[in-house]
Amino acid sequence: MIKTIVMQHIMCCPKALKICKGDDKTMSNKSNNLYRFLVAQGDDAIILSHRLSEWCSNAPYLEEDLALTNVALDYLGRARLFYQYAAELKGGDETEDSIAYTRDERQYTNLLIHELPINDFAYTLLRQYFLDVFYVEYMTGLCQSSDQRIAAIAGKSVKESRYHLKRSQPWITQLAEGTEESRRRILDALTELESFVGELFEMPEWEQQLVTDGIAFDRQLIREKWDHQVQALLSASDINILDSQLKIGGGREGIHTEFLGHLLSEMQYLQRAYPGLKW
Amino acid sequence: MVAVKQAIIDSVSPEYAERTALRNGSSYPQIWKILDQVYDPELPGLSLWDLGVLQSIEQKEDTWEIGITLTYSGCPAVECMQLDIISVMRQAGYSNVKVKILVSPIWSSEMMSPQGRAHLKSIQIVPPNPQQLVSCPICDSHNTKVISEFGSTACKALYQCLDCQEAFDYFKSF
Repeated sequence: MIKTIVMQHIMCCPKALKICKGDDKTMSNKSNNLYRFLVAQGDDAIILSHRLSEWCSNAPYLEEDLALTNVALDYLGRARLFYQYAAELKGGDETEDSIAYTRDERQYTNLLIHELPINDFAYTLLRQYFLDVFYVEYMTGLCQSSDQRIAAIAGKSVKESRYHLKRSQPWITQLAEGTEESRRRILDALTELESFVGELFEMPEWEQQLVTDGIAFDRQLIREKWDHQVQALLSASDINILDSQLKIGGGREGIHTEFLGHLLSEMQYLQRAYPGLKW
Repeated sequence: MVAVKQAIIDSVSPEYAERTALRNGSSYPQIWKILDQVYDPELPGLSLWDLGVLQSIEQKEDTWEIGITLTYSGCPAVECMQLDIISVMRQAGYSNVKVKILVSPIWSSEMMSPQGRAHLKSIQIVPPNPQQLVSCPICDSHNTKVISEFGSTACKALYQCLDCQEAFDYFKSF
């Protein structure tokens, strides 16, 4: 179902690919790649942050409400650090706010897993667990970036993700081995999510170039580790990852699921209705 | 038992020693002293120095550049901290002040001063310690459990004492 929607988007909007490229002729190729990388990292973080914030006042109980929104806050901070760097790189009128609030769906380059709806608690936690495992490894790798500022942001992020993982991991076991219903919900979440995992380990050409330049971290290097870690946890609760043949992607090219537009319309509402409004 | 906890509070971490050396070697001791009056907006009485986020003071031409780090990257208190620094400096007669948010060094709870930890204890927040000894601030019992990994702010976790039932904050070792 989701795949069909994604395909329709691609066919209906051939211009989308051009819009989302965001190349700036005044910047060198290398700065352009770096800019794209920073914005993409920021996009991943802010979109997940927004999703998590949707749990505010809706979580099963107060402590979970606090936890989910605190994790959202960490991701919001992460997005700001990447956006601020991107805005400085570009110069002119660009700010972290203009990047977050004035770009359309096609210009957002987050990987799709971040934008999927929160669905139920099991789904939100399973996505979080998948991403926590991913970000602990990815940000650890990114700490070695030759770009000192990226390395510093990664250093901060890895500490936070480690803490997030400490909380999300036991939840997966608890839900998988809890009641019949909680297990069913984890299994349903797994069926939905597994097709979106592959995209985490893919890199467009410009990101590969940044890997060669020593700035970005090679996502392929942590695929096996991620698989092992996640499979070990799930198989302890008698769950097999189905290794779906369906791999959905396109986020980095600005091709999204139907869900991102709705998210943005809510997230950007104030700045769209009252441009430049400040607290 | 009490001795162990006091030792944790009094201990000087390498991170704090490094900050102290930087402060002592600075050419602007008067500015550091002025900034001792800026407190964490959510932890009254805990100065930014004691919290460990105040990192650097530089003079660039006629502007004072104050460097602070974030405790957590999304910490909403940071804007308030910036304003408070500017306002305290202004009151002391320094009007050209810029506050920079530094991404490096990366803040760690080990940057906190012994005075900071003592202050947390005095307001019944268990101070951070890498050994994760979380004993009840009311009855000293070690029989405690975590209620939530996140408390009222990102820097704290919520615990409960299983002996006296008191719920309390632990400032996370991070």
